[in-house]
Amino acid sequence: MTGKLPFETVVSAHGGIVLRVCRAVLGPADADDAWSETFLSAMRTYPDLPADANVEAWLVTIAHRKAIDITRAATRRAIPVAEIPEARVTAAGGTADHGGLGLDGDLAEAVTRLPARQKQAVAYHYLAGLPYTDVAAILGGTADAARRAAADGIARLRRSFLGARVRSER
Amino acid sequence: MNTDDLARDLAQAFPGSPGELSRLHERLAAAAQREGILDVAYRTIDSPVGSLLLAATEQGLIRVAYARENHEAVLQALAMRVSPRILHAPGRLEAVARELGEYFAGRRRRFDLPLDLRLTAGFRRTVLSHLPEIGYGHTASYAAVAQLAGHPKAVRAVGTACATNPLPVVVPCHRVVRSDGRMGGYLGGPDAKRTLLSLEAAA
Repeated sequence: MTGKLPFETVVSAHGGIVLRVCRAVLGPADADDAWSETFLSAMRTYPDLPADANVEAWLVTIAHRKAIDITRAATRRAIPVAEIPEARVTAAGGTADHGGLGLDGDLAEAVTRLPARQKQAVAYHYLAGLPYTDVAAILGGTADAARRAAADGIARLRRSFLGARVRSER
Repeated sequence: MNTDDLARDLAQAFPGSPGELSRLHERLAAAAQREGILDVAYRTIDSPVGSLLLAATEQGLIRVAYARENHEAVLQALAMRVSPRILHAPGRLEAVARELGEYFAGRRRRFDLPLDLRLTAGFRRTVLSHLPEIGYGHTASYAAVAQLAGHPKAVRAVGTACATNPLPVVVPCHRVVRSDGRMGGYLGGPDAKRTLLSLEAAA
């Protein structure tokens, strides 16, 4: 007999954060599916989870794997194109250069355009609040490498963010 | 802008509305039900005896709980005794909620619901299985129920069985009263017992 919480409590305590992580890693279109598959898979094995496990790290680990599955499936479905254009028209209508931002509201979009590892490190540390040792356990590699990936991601976001500010203030 | 500002903005860059999460929750409950991993579904209903927690397994209704029993504590106990795979999932309790609604409106005299009696065992279970023999609007003494259950001397044990009834209202322990005509105790409190007995007397 363990003191394990009802799964409902797990969903209400962590559902919001897992959704944010899924949106950051996959973008809005696939985030709902990733969230659903994450919690369904978690519920399947929940009775076997050790009572002292870190539930949030466990959920983010599952979400990470589901996001990879979804990305791979999308890649298989996609028609190959020569190269993804670097310059893109943003939702705000402005032309953004490499990783650039039109407006503050595009921060979410800028995150989804980070290189995968930086994006994952930023999402798991800054959005889910996991320490770098946990982030490293999910991504593989050392805690230092996870910290560097997150720092690189943040630096990149800050550069494009400030760049966008300066441009929009001109 | 420093890293702290950016980190704070990041947390706000992916807002989730409660509506989106409740839609996802509903979708999860439906998928869990389909996969057969929704071990316990629950919901609450408002009633003349306060908020009632209703919980059901695949087998049937396993728990009805009064607010004074503390719904959160009841769910925690279900997680330990039955399974932690518990979700708020009103769908499975539709028939239960409907029959209880009819009962509280005075339009239903007996419940026609599958029950999961695994939370009770032995003599207590025997006692509970005899309670539906006390008809709607009638009462029986603890001693009479002891007799019904085949142990005329086990009057006190009948009291314990009623006090630990996992399915109050549906399994009518409120119809068991003291031999001197006084109402006796009730797990839902004396007011709830009085409310149920007068509801049945009036209908």
